Amino acid sequence: LPRGAAAASRYSTDAEPNSYEDITSYNNFYEFGTGKGDPEDHAGQLTTEPWSVKIDGLVDRPGTYGFDDIMAKMTVEERIYRLRCVEAWSMVVPWMGFELADLLDIVGVKPSARFISFETLVRPEEMPGQKYPVLDWPYREGLRLDEARHPLTILATGLYGKPMPNQNGAPLRLVVPWKYGFKSIKSIVRITATDSQPQSTWNMQAPREYGFYSNVNPEVDHPRWSQATERRVGGGLFSRRQDTLMFNGYGDEVASLYAGMDLQKNF
Amino acid sequence: MALAATVNGAVRRIPVWAVYALGVLPPVWYFYLGLTGGLGVEPIKALEQKIGLLALQMLIAVLAVTPLMRLTRINLMKFRRALGVLTFYYVTCHLLAWLVLDIQDPARIWADILKRPYITVGMAGFALLLPLAITSNNLSLRKLGPLRWRRLHKLTYVAALLGAVHYVMLAKGLQLEPLIYLAIITGLLALRLPMMRRARTA
Repeated sequence: LPRGAAAASRYSTDAEPNSYEDITSYNNFYEFGTGKGDPEDHAGQLTTEPWSVKIDGLVDRPGTYGFDDIMAKMTVEERIYRLRCVEAWSMVVPWMGFELADLLDIVGVKPSARFISFETLVRPEEMPGQKYPVLDWPYREGLRLDEARHPLTILATGLYGKPMPNQNGAPLRLVVPWKYGFKSIKSIVRITATDSQPQSTWNMQAPREYGFYSNVNPEVDHPRWSQATERRVGGGLFSRRQDTLMFNGYGDEVASLYAGMDLQKNF
Repeated sequence: MALAATVNGAVRRIPVWAVYALGVLPPVWYFYLGLTGGLGVEPIKALEQKIGLLALQMLIAVLAVTPLMRLTRINLMKFRRALGVLTFYYVTCHLLAWLVLDIQDPARIWADILKRPYITVGMAGFALLLPLAITSNNLSLRKLGPLRWRRLHKLTYVAALLGAVHYVMLAKGLQLEPLIYLAIITGLLALRLPMMRRARTA
């Protein structure tokens, strides 16, 4: 789909998107190495066709769903979202994708389910970073069911009107724009509905530093750096920092999900 | 020890100013790359990290001079002061990149130094290098006397350890490279322990 051919979304920001080069050359995707340029350098060798996603747990129609079969049932639209990395940098990305809720409706989530968990592909022969125990592979993430069903939450399949570049999580990745970027798990091969809070990789690695929720919050610092400000990637050597917004600026849409919760504790 | 003799012969012909002249260039080169797109789309972090690594590499070179002479007879003692001064220069550039380009806000800089352990450790390392840089001239050596001067300059060991720990602390996840730097620096320091020196000469 060329850019603009997909339906425009009321959820898109009017902020100026980063360039395609910004978005595809500066990535955290530790499966391909810990350097920001490693994903661009090494992700080309990843085979993304054929691709299927195992959907299991508390769903009515568990099974292995082919990527093309999923796409045939979904309406893809452009969502221009702000992206805030936990490392205090940010971008604006014109994603192409569909709402996760639409896929959940197709497989039918049982009433007893309370969380949705996700897993990234493990294929060390094509993902050289997985040869080292930098993280406990496979990369895992999870959302509360109401977060997963929120209309802002999408499964993205492309950006700038092109199929998803491998370094950005081809062919299918989560995007949850009010949470730190690492929650938006890449190259998904498994989606599970569960009744208890699932494990998530960074939380397992350093629970003091990365909470399960990981909502963007300028008032809760990472123990090693402040989260009050961020730097938009692409501004050059003298780029100024800008203030980070609560829920990455999506408070009107999502603050009600956390009414009554102590966000200092549930960070 | 034919190799050592060849190297030492070459060393005699290289003037110290050449080491200074070459050593000054890398941070300037990185800054130029950062201005012209050569450091990628987020040049501030890249500049900070590249110069920080330069500082650690130069520290390793400084610490390697003595063991290299003991083990191989290759004598680079003539350059050691220049390597030390260049280390300080790199650490200062690294610090300036962080202060001026990255953090930008003076209030936050102070808060970070107090609140963020990896920054506290890094700043402590820089603070230890200050008196060494100030006394890196012949006048100070004469005034302090060789014994006290040498004792003071053993702070290099502490600063090197702090630098390596600073790097380990800022990495996300279990990353190999910072641990390799820590291992090399720890190893070079261990070679100086009296028992290691005895074991080798025995």
